[in-house]
Amino acid sequence: MKINFLMKKRLYFLAIFLVLVVISIGSMSMTQFSIAKCFASIPKAIQWGFGNFYPAGDSFARLPEILLKLQETLLISIAAASVAAIFALFFALMGSRITKVNNFLATLSRFIANVFRNIDVSIWALVLLFSFGQSSLTGYFALFVASFGFLTRAFMETIDEVGSDTAEALRATGANYFSIVFQAIIPMSVSQLISWVLFMIETNIRAATLVGILTGSGIGFLFDLYYKKMDYHASSLVVLSLVVSILLIEQISNYVRRAML
Amino acid sequence: MAVDNQARSTLINGGGPSFQKERIKLRLMSKSRLAIRLTMLALAILTVVGFLTFDYRDVHLLKGIMSTFANFKTIFAQPQLAHFSLSEAIYQLLVTLSLGVLTTLIGAIIALFLGIFAAENLSNKKVSNVIKGFVALIRAVPTVLWVLIFAVSAGLGSVAAVIGMSFHSISYLTKAYSESFEELDAGTIEALEGCGASWWQIVCQAVLPSSLTSLISWTFIRFEINFGVSVAMGAAAGAGGIGYDMFMDSAFYYNLHEMGVITYLILVVAMLLEFMSLKIKNKVRS
Repeated sequence: MKINFLMKKRLYFLAIFLVLVVISIGSMSMTQFSIAKCFASIPKAIQWGFGNFYPAGDSFARLPEILLKLQETLLISIAAASVAAIFALFFALMGSRITKVNNFLATLSRFIANVFRNIDVSIWALVLLFSFGQSSLTGYFALFVASFGFLTRAFMETIDEVGSDTAEALRATGANYFSIVFQAIIPMSVSQLISWVLFMIETNIRAATLVGILTGSGIGFLFDLYYKKMDYHASSLVVLSLVVSILLIEQISNYVRRAML
Repeated sequence: MAVDNQARSTLINGGGPSFQKERIKLRLMSKSRLAIRLTMLALAILTVVGFLTFDYRDVHLLKGIMSTFANFKTIFAQPQLAHFSLSEAIYQLLVTLSLGVLTTLIGAIIALFLGIFAAENLSNKKVSNVIKGFVALIRAVPTVLWVLIFAVSAGLGSVAAVIGMSFHSISYLTKAYSESFEELDAGTIEALEGCGASWWQIVCQAVLPSSLTSLISWTFIRFEINFGVSVAMGAAAGAGGIGYDMFMDSAFYYNLHEMGVITYLILVVAMLLEFMSLKIKNKVRS
């Protein structure tokens, strides 16, 4: 009996393992990915990185230009996340289980948030490129829409988690909808909501680089420019400044999160 | 009869200073409330500064928004293929999915080892901090930059894309895995240690089986993210797949109708993946 059980377990794991192997071999042939080339290129890349990919000499002359674009990218990310948070709060209140006005509006807002979230930020960027061209607004709206979709879902889950008992208790005392929302639900969840917004800002800075490369604006464009000119010293300076600013913002938001608790 | 204020206060509280001169403070200004106010204020100021300093390049805001809505109408109401057939589009979609699968698998295998050493209850604090710091550093570089950096020596294509995309998967999954290992009851490990079990036995017989379900759920969530990432990498970093077709439609053919088809395909797959990961998450939690 015991041997049978262990045998079954082993066969089960073997079957899962085989399925995974088949899937990965299939994927490799689909994408023309070769393990040999992969292993060969990693040491090559490391060697190249240490040899070429560091800021040096005249690349520091480009620092003011880089910092200017970095500032623009940071401001776009923050503005997109903050404005999206306002819209997301409204949609989350409409869509949440405990604060919904009626089922139709709840389903509608959930559906809208779902569509917005599942279309990747790169698609938004490419579509918005048609109407806004290479201006900051393309990046801003692409990040705004993506932030909106994500934040609506996050806010909805937070409100559902935090407020269900309180809302029920207040409803029993005869409090009306607005006092439940503004006196209980929002004050109780505000620190978590801000924590989500801070997370979104971090995500947006990374996404802004991608959007910049696609649409030709902000720091992503600057990286792309240096990269295509094979000016690797300058492009490594761009990467370095991005890394520093992302780590800095992570530290600030961790500090703020601790202070808000 | 008019009673002046002084007399009324004497009447009510026996000559003491009249109470309730100002509104009662309902909430005290604690440190956390101050932090919340300041954060909101800072975000608002930065947003306004952002809007004032944006590089608008003479783009008309209202006109732009109107034309965006018109474009969306074209995309969602009149999708039509032009440069490739539906079967080719689905093939490219499968290529994108395969990129996601490969990245997730490589990420999961490496992250499993890193996660074990990053969990504080399974290794010492020094090793754990080193791994966690390393992983945070990896995450600070955006995925597209990892791909482009690797593309210099490996050439643009699936190899550079998979390696570059794996970095963020490793980083994300290491954090998620180590946190689910840390959830394990300390008593279990202590009991096994008391029985004389070796470290590998503890990991393989207690830690992995008890956290297997949450590992699977995290891995699938990452797969869902990786699908979106591989669409983006196809568009921005020459990884191929449906993202590249979309980029060509947007930047070279100006064909919104074909972008509509691609958007629908991506949307369907993304929603399907989200539905599946929700199912897995619910199954794991119950």
